Amino acid sequence: MDELTSAAVPPLRADDHVTGRGPEAIVYIDLACPACAAVWPRIRELPLELCFRHFPMTSKHPRSPALHAAAEAAAGQGALWEMADSLFAERGRVDDPHLWERAERFGLDLDRFQSDRRSGAVAERVQRDFRSGVRAGVAGTPAAFAEGAPLPGEVEAGLRGLTT
Amino acid sequence: MIEPGSQAPAFTLPDQDARDVSLGDFAGRKLVIAFYPLDFSPVCTDQLSLYQEVLAELDQRGATLVGVSVDSPYCHAAFRERLNLTMPLLSDFHPKGAMSRAYGAWIEKVGHGNRSLVLVDERGIVAWSHASPTPLEIPGANLIFDALAA
Repeated sequence: MDELTSAAVPPLRADDHVTGRGPEAIVYIDLACPACAAVWPRIRELPLELCFRHFPMTSKHPRSPALHAAAEAAAGQGALWEMADSLFAERGRVDDPHLWERAERFGLDLDRFQSDRRSGAVAERVQRDFRSGVRAGVAGTPAAFAEGAPLPGEVEAGLRGLTT
Repeated sequence: MIEPGSQAPAFTLPDQDARDVSLGDFAGRKLVIAFYPLDFSPVCTDQLSLYQEVLAELDQRGATLVGVSVDSPYCHAAFRERLNLTMPLLSDFHPKGAMSRAYGAWIEKVGHGNRSLVLVDERGIVAWSHASPTPLEIPGANLIFDALAA
């Protein structure tokens, strides 16, 4: 049985989803979370080396697992950030046909996207992030870490503070 | 906050379906009691949602988690339905806060429970307790697994 006891937030790994340049920050995000959606555009504008980790809160947001699977499947074709940006920008368009439309718009191989987002490998990858967040004490989203420690207080302000 | 090594105070409270739930119902299993301020409040919503995500793994470790607040069974039922929660929610409604007070998880000036966790072992002894420094701070689920692994 994998443990869920306390552990430091894992440092960046080769298969983490990372974008941008600047101070390093790791964010745990629920793609169906209104609070995440509210701050996402501003977080994305910050000059940070930003690492996205999955933290779907399934009971509260039943559509969240499907959105994270879609984002991870898009990541397999290099489109994690486009998918995340779009899911947050159009929160009312998250049904399967909307996901297919996004995949086509981003130039993804739709058959592969469809297969990947239902795959065990994608589910395990999402769970890996989720469990690392639980072990690091993530209790809600968005949550952010820098230099191995959680950023206290409001996440956007904490991330912005890294850039000054 | 009640201290480890203490006998867990007995209680009988109605759950979300108005069925009485007692400490003795959990004899032979570990019991995690999550005291929280109020159904539907933002922080409590995050807290209970988080614990729901790991409920199956608590069960695998022989532990049952229950939530306790001063809300009525009707309110608990609506909260569970809203968040798709499956853990029992006990109503510390009348006399108001009696169980929360007995476990030292009560904030008198605001009239609701303090955000606190208590692990009761199979023999009814408090094995671990934790009170959040402020009601705004959610104890991570990792702390529960730490206590179970200790």
